[in-house]
Amino acid sequence: MHKIVSQNVNFYYGEFQALHDISLSVKENTVTALIGPSGCGKSTYLRLLNRMNDLIDNTHMSGTITIDGNDIYDKHTNVDDLRKNVGMVFQKPNPFPKTIFENVAYGLRVNGITDKKIIEERVITSIEQVALWEEVKDKLHKSAFELSGGQQQRLCIARALAIQPSVLLMDEPTSALDPISTSKVEELIYELKKQYTIVIVTHNMQQAGRISDNTAFFYMGELIEYDKTKTIFTKPTKKQTEDYITGRFG
Amino acid sequence: MKTNLKKIREKVIESVLMLSSVTTSITVILIVFFLFIEGAGVFSRKPIDDGFLLAVAPSNSVQKLSPAQVKDVYDQKIKNWKEVGGADLPIVLFRTSDISDYYTDEELGENFENFPQKINELITKTPGIIAFFSETYKAKQFVGKELDIDKITISKFLSGEEWFPTAQPIAQMGVKPLIYGTLWVSFGAILIALPIGLAAAIYLSEIAKKKTRNLLKPLIELLAGIPSVVYGFFGLVIIVPLIQSTFNLPVGETALAGSVVLAIMALPTIITISEDAMRNTPRAMKEASLALGASQWQTIYKVVVPYSASGITAGAILGIGRAIGETMAVLMVTGNAAVIPHSFLAPVRTIPATIAAELGEAPNGGLHYEALFALGCILFIITFGINMLVEMVTNRKSHKKH
Ligand SMILES: Nc1ncnc2c1ncn2[C@@H]1O[C@H](COP(=O)(O)OP(=O)(O)OP(=O)(O)O)[C@@H](O)[C@H]1O
Ligand SMILES: [Mg+2]
Repeated sequence: MHKIVSQNVNFYYGEFQALHDISLSVKENTVTALIGPSGCGKSTYLRLLNRMNDLIDNTHMSGTITIDGNDIYDKHTNVDDLRKNVGMVFQKPNPFPKTIFENVAYGLRVNGITDKKIIEERVITSIEQVALWEEVKDKLHKSAFELSGGQQQRLCIARALAIQPSVLLMDEPTSALDPISTSKVEELIYELKKQYTIVIVTHNMQQAGRISDNTAFFYMGELIEYDKTKTIFTKPTKKQTEDYITGRFG
Repeated sequence: MKTNLKKIREKVIESVLMLSSVTTSITVILIVFFLFIEGAGVFSRKPIDDGFLLAVAPSNSVQKLSPAQVKDVYDQKIKNWKEVGGADLPIVLFRTSDISDYYTDEELGENFENFPQKINELITKTPGIIAFFSETYKAKQFVGKELDIDKITISKFLSGEEWFPTAQPIAQMGVKPLIYGTLWVSFGAILIALPIGLAAAIYLSEIAKKKTRNLLKPLIELLAGIPSVVYGFFGLVIIVPLIQSTFNLPVGETALAGSVVLAIMALPTIITISEDAMRNTPRAMKEASLALGASQWQTIYKVVVPYSASGITAGAILGIGRAIGETMAVLMVTGNAAVIPHSFLAPVRTIPATIAAELGEAPNGGLHYEALFALGCILFIITFGINMLVEMVTNRKSHKKH
């Protein structure tokens, strides 16, 4: 059963075509890594999956993307509901200028949950899920800016988890973090796989190797190769993939 | 050698910069100082023209009259001494010019040398008289009783309900109607301008397409550069008649007209500053909110507006600042009646409009002149107070944030 299916997706920033005919399917409860040199369209593709690119003026796409069988670009699709189901974690930790508690509660509140008990429960569970509870339990009502970068990023993941999405998109979630925080996030992703379908962009080959089931290699807006991570890293079929993985360019 | 020169040059630049900032600060302090010195002068004075006096017959039991009572007496609203605590006796008004009703020119003498004596005579034979005349005509052995006139005090100045500084014989120096007028007009302006300005700023920064914004923004900024007289004309020709016909009023020059014109004038400031602040909301913040399933509106009021709150406040203050201090446009459309307004549809008069309208005819150093400076002080205190208040509010907010 495929969770996410994209077919012949083209995407344009104005005149510039950033994605060429991408067809890619993602299985439920797997981690899929998107790799490729800078500017090859990884973020663009990822942001198509929760329609984040809608915010950018003067863009258009063709082709279809379905999640759970529903065309997310159908004109009857409710974008807010889609984004509720498809959570996103950004490259730079971006907590709101609110308390730790309110950061996680935000998604619940905007989705109409007002019951204090439910909110508190979900906030705590989410923070526990990202293994942040011990570190923040005494300062839930302090500003999120008081946390370290790694803690902030885990808080942002908790914030995304609180609204119980089924897909989690992560755009280089560890690129701003130190090795210890990075490994914590990686462990977390490994845990989350049981409940979520995860698509992650990364520049770190080892990371892709460690955490992902499948890997997609993008190059100049095209999907060059997509296979089991093991296969991509041990016997890639395309020369470009091999060159990139072995560090000959990119 | 070279390094020495560089050092000297740096020193020179440094001292020039310091000098200019010190001069500016001193100038500002001097202006405020000057304003308050001139304004304070009014409080050591009596509200009667220098060298004039008010006198009654010696038999009259009334010792003093308040400025308002004197005015009513001379306006013939009070006609009998018993109304002000004296005997049941009709009041006979006397001004210097009335002397010819009683005496011929010959009797008064060629150079009015008999004037003092004749006034004495008149006061003696008219028990109900109240006489207002120059000290120079006061006889050496004056038979009348000079009325006590209280000095103007700060509390009377502030609480007095009548502003008529050129009234004879006693100037009416109550600034309450002017303060009220200023506050009503400014408050009304903010009430109108803030929601509209905020809505426009939200539209421009969050909703409008780039093309629309690039067209609208310069247009709005242009509005800020239009001289206020032009707004006054606009108000006079469009707003005033509109208000008059809409509310079926005898005159359209009202507090509301002032508020509307000021609101239009304050809008560019409010819009530009709030819009800039909103556009400074980090994209990451907005995306974070949207990615959590928040709608665009939720993102606007939960992320964008709080994030730019201090900018919006700054825009509003500058807007209010402009409104409170604005003179010309308001002078033209508010009707300038110095009475305490009871509705937005009544004519009012603001402090700056009063200063602008009256300073030209107030003799330098006179009572009226100093009273206008005191008005300036009040205006200064109001705006200063507002700024302090806002400073406090924004400070407290930013403390909470971090
Ligand atoms: N908002 C935008 N407007 C115009 N062009 C854009 C925009 N965002 C990205 N692009 C272009 O689209 C192409 C793909 O960009 P994208 O951000 O998807 O790359 P990426 O693979 O995520 O790169 P990186 O690894 O550096 O994050 C690039 O050539 C980029 O210049
Ligand atoms: Mg990217």
